[in-house]
Order: sequence, then structure tokens, then C-alpha cells
Amino acid sequence: MSLLKVNDLKVHFPIRGGFFQRVVDHVRAADGVSFEIQPGETYGLVGESGCGKTTTGRAVIGLNKVTSGEILFEGKDLAKLRGKEKRLHTRDIQMIFQDPYSSLNVRKRVLDIVAEPLRNFERLSPDEEKKRVQALIERVGLNPESIYRYPHQFSGGQRQRIGIARALTLNPKLIVADEPVSALDVSVQAQVLNFMQDIQKEFNLSYLFISHDLGVIQHLCDRIGIMYRGRLVEEGLADEIYSNPKHLYTKRLISAIPEMDPALRLEKTHLRQAIDDEYRTGYDNYFDKDGRIFDLKKISDTHSVALP
Amino acid sequence: MGNTVLEIENLRTSFSIKGKYYAAVDDVSLKIHENEVLAIVGESGCGKSALALSIIGLHDARVTKLEGQVNFKGQNLLNLSRARLNKIRGKDMGMIFQDPMTALNPLSTIGSQITEPMKYHLKLSQADMKKRTLELLRRVGIKNENRVYSQYPHELSGGMRQRVVIAVALACDPILLIADEPTTALDVTIQAQIMDLMKELQAQMKSGIVLITHDLGVVAEMADRVAVMYAGQIVELAGVNEMFKNPLHPYTRSLLSSIPSNMPDKGRLHVIQGIVPSLQNLDREGCRFAPRIPWIPQEDHEKDPVLHEVEPGHFVRCTCYKNFHLQTEESGVEKHVFTKS
Repeated sequence: MSLLKVNDLKVHFPIRGGFFQRVVDHVRAADGVSFEIQPGETYGLVGESGCGKTTTGRAVIGLNKVTSGEILFEGKDLAKLRGKEKRLHTRDIQMIFQDPYSSLNVRKRVLDIVAEPLRNFERLSPDEEKKRVQALIERVGLNPESIYRYPHQFSGGQRQRIGIARALTLNPKLIVADEPVSALDVSVQAQVLNFMQDIQKEFNLSYLFISHDLGVIQHLCDRIGIMYRGRLVEEGLADEIYSNPKHLYTKRLISAIPEMDPALRLEKTHLRQAIDDEYRTGYDNYFDKDGRIFDLKKISDTHSVALP
Repeated sequence: MGNTVLEIENLRTSFSIKGKYYAAVDDVSLKIHENEVLAIVGESGCGKSALALSIIGLHDARVTKLEGQVNFKGQNLLNLSRARLNKIRGKDMGMIFQDPMTALNPLSTIGSQITEPMKYHLKLSQADMKKRTLELLRRVGIKNENRVYSQYPHELSGGMRQRVVIAVALACDPILLIADEPTTALDVTIQAQIMDLMKELQAQMKSGIVLITHDLGVVAEMADRVAVMYAGQIVELAGVNEMFKNPLHPYTRSLLSSIPSNMPDKGRLHVIQGIVPSLQNLDREGCRFAPRIPWIPQEDHEKDPVLHEVEPGHFVRCTCYKNFHLQTEESGVEKHVFTKS
């Protein structure tokens, strides 16, 4: 059984306007998204700003109201759970946020930040709590003495590791990581990515990794879903997506990755132009007459594409 | 290579912190030629933006001390009065800013923002200015230029706004363009479009471009020459092909091997030990990168590191590159056993 199964998830936000601020229309931020995550797997959700990837991630962790569809975590629909049972399940899903500068409360000490989930779910004596937090802080590579310090006393990479420690306190099964390295410099980014791989093995974690950076996604993820306008356009193993993209949008996204070999840059420019031309001429082959993306169709056991 | 457009000599930009001056750009010398894209790369805090702002004179004079020379069109920009500088900025020297959301004035139309530098610097009739503006909009790849001319920034997407920012910078045919992270705030596909546009424009114009970026991918796509900066100094300077094929300085090599796209087989990324020192804590004696490569013996470093020309056009600072090897398995994060409770 898969750990997480998202089934035809729709998250629509109302647009209010006119007389009495009535709901005039909806923004279809996630419009029929389905994917599965197996235990220990890293699933990458990629797309550009506004494609609905963050909305999907937030819906999984319960920060957005689900309009319709199911989010099955270990077989139970999170959107329908209430009360005690919901609490029990939500502790197994934790989140790492994008910006380590705004996701940590500046007025709390590291101890209080990392212990907050513990205080919500477990009854520990101050001593036990301190031990747990220190062990975690040590695990993420910070000095255990630093638990009495405040976030502003740490660098960006260290802050992000505090955010990771907080996500790890309750031994979750799934971590939703929303652009966890986008705000960091490359060398710090490398540190955090390596560390995320380490703890994945150690804690047998699954990741839902949300990013716009295709290089990071390729490096980290086993399977990838490409999102565009609230829907998945292509899904498959990382290698399949990168070496054999089928949907026009995927091709466009992959051709946009900067070429790291200066000698090949002219070819890359030509490739992009060719894809842009195809975008103009072949648009109807990839989108239906309302401009909507087709449903995913399997083209092999692991690879599916949104084609008519 | 064409004529030299800009020559920076021993530039030192210092900021006042609690009454003392600390150099953020420390003795930088560079030449930018016609028809050339010179990329300046480095991580946050390395002084690359401070360098760009020193060239165009946008630092707050009350807290900044500028020493050295920035020679442009036969005069040292650092000695010019504000009025004289304003005759050059926006005319011979254009700037492309990072964030198109904040670089444009939300209260005036696209047309008037592009004509503004023309009004100031060129003697043109209203009709000529409008004609020129529309032509510029077309050149930066905006197709419905007549409509965009009278629109406001909020009506345009991020990519379109960045095109407008480029049009403003090009308004008076500058011979030098300074682009500070021109694609960082944009989505990947839009970034690719803007990079292609800038390459195309650069092929048409003859100006030199100083490209400030932290993204080595952007460098590989756009630059002709690359200067890598660390802690206020240039540590390596080379042609772009040479830099990517044969990087020499430990910092350049570490940086290149910490990029995920260079390591697609899910191996471990290289991590540079330690952190970038802050301005006040920076040890200005000896090799500034030495604390981050502690496994390299002290005698490999130069006492007073200078740039060595190892091949024509390829400069490296310090001698520590000669015996340098990457220490791949050390991640900077100490390993501790954490028992699940």
C-alpha cells in the first residue's frame, strides 16, 4: 500500500466581487491532481510559479481546504478525518518551509521552536524535552549548547537545519518540503540537500519535494510530477522525464535549464526556439479546446503523459 | 576583443560599520571590452553587487568609502560630481535591476518610463521619442508594443516587466550595461527567454555587459569571460570555456561540484566547510579561502596572495590551487548517532 495517495484533488479558491462580495468565480489552483508516494520514496512536484504545486503540498498537510478529491494517508482520507483521529495522523506528516528567515519565530529560542510539536503531542518533563531537543539539534549538525539562542544568531543554512529539526521531532513518515533550498546559496544548498538524503535513510522518510529548480529535483527525486495550470502534465521516473520528455510543456521546462557546458549553448538556444515554434503550431495537440490539460495516460508502467 | 569600455583599477569599496570602515570590495581590477559579457559570480556577501553599485555610483556616500579608479570614457567616475555623473548614467551606462516588480514605477506608464532617460539625455521631439520607444519595445520582444506603451507595470507579467526594464536600460544606446542578477527573480522558462533575448541584443549592439549573478548556469549560457569573487576579491578570472573545463581555484572547483545538475547520479554534493565570514570577522591576512579548506597545509598558501596568470587570460589567486584536491566525504555536518525514542 502506498503511503500517500492523492486522488483527483481539487482546491479551488473563490474570487469575490460585485455586490455584497459574492463569489463570482473560482481560481482552480489544483484541478484534478493524482499521485502516489511509496514509503521511503522522494516524489518531486515541479512547475513554475502559480502552477499549483504549493497549493497541492499545503492541501496534503491540511493547510488548505480541499474542494473535492481524496488524500489517502495510509488508507485513511485526511480530508474527512476529524478530531482525535485527524490529530493522530497529522503528526505523521510534517513540513519544511521555503524561507528559513520567516518560518522561525524570531522571539522564541531554538529550544521552544523545536519542542513545540512535542508539547502539542507528548507529555514530557522539561528535562526529557530538553534531552530530545538537544539530540535532534546535534543530529542536524548544530551545537547542542545552542538551544538557548535565538534564530537571528544563526546563518541561513543553520536556520534551515533548525526547521528540519522541528519537522523531525515527532518522527514523521512523510515530510512535505516546499522549496526548502530556494532561498539558499549553492554551497549551503548542497549541505542541506546532502543532509536531507542522510536523514531520509536514517528515519526511513518519504518526501514530497516541491521545487521549481529542475536541477535539484533531478538530483534528489525518484519520481517526478510536472505541474502546469493546476494539473499534472507528465509523471514518471526521474530519468524518464529528463531523457525522454513527452509533453510539450515538459520539453519546454527541461530545455530552459541553463546549459552548463558553454560550448553547447548555441545548440541550446536553437532547441528552445524549436520548442517555442512547436508551442505556437502544435498547441492544440496538447491542450483541449478550453485550454485545459488532458487527463494523464499511461505510456509505460511508470511513465504517464497528458495527451488526448 | 574590442576596445576597453571600462577599466576598474584597484577599486576598494568600504562600508562604515560602527565607525570603522570594512572593505566589501577589496582591491579589484578589471577591464570590460566592447562586445563582451563579463560575468561576476559569487555567493551572497562576496561583494559582487557592491562592485556593480560602485561602478554606477549608487552607494550611499555617507557610509561608503570608495578608493581606486573606475575609468569610463576617459574620466574617473569616482571623482565626478553628482551632476556630471548623471550625464553619464542612463546614457552611456545602463543598468538592469534584479527585481522587475520594484525596478519600475507603479504610477507611470511603460511608455513614459522608457522615454524618461531620452528626455533627460537626448534632444528629440516628442514624436521621435515615441517612435524610438515603440521600436525599443519591439526589440525586447514585446509584440503588441502600442498597447504596452500606455499600460502600467501591474498589468504586465514578470517576464514582460523584465523586458521593459531592459528597454529602459537600452533607451539611450549605452556602451556599457550593468545587469545585476537579471534573471534571478524569474521562472525557469522566462529566465531562458530573457537570457536568449540578452544574447540576441548583445549580438546587435556593441556594448560591454557586466553580468552579476550567483547562478553558474546563467554564466555558462551568457558570459564570454568570468570573474569569480570570494570575500571581496577576485579569486579566478578566465574565459568561459576555460573556466568550466579547467577551473583551478579551490573555491571555483568547490562551487562547481556543489551544483546538483553537475551530479545527476544522486551522489553526494560537495559541501564547502564553514561559512562565509562577515565583513567585520574577515581575516584579511593571507589566503581568504584557507579557513574553508583546512586540509590544505599552510605552506601551500601564499603569504600575500596575488593573481597569477597561469595561462594567457587565466588568472588564479594564491598558490593553494596547485596541490588542491576536493575532500568529498566531509560534509561539515558532524555525524552523531541519534537513537529513535
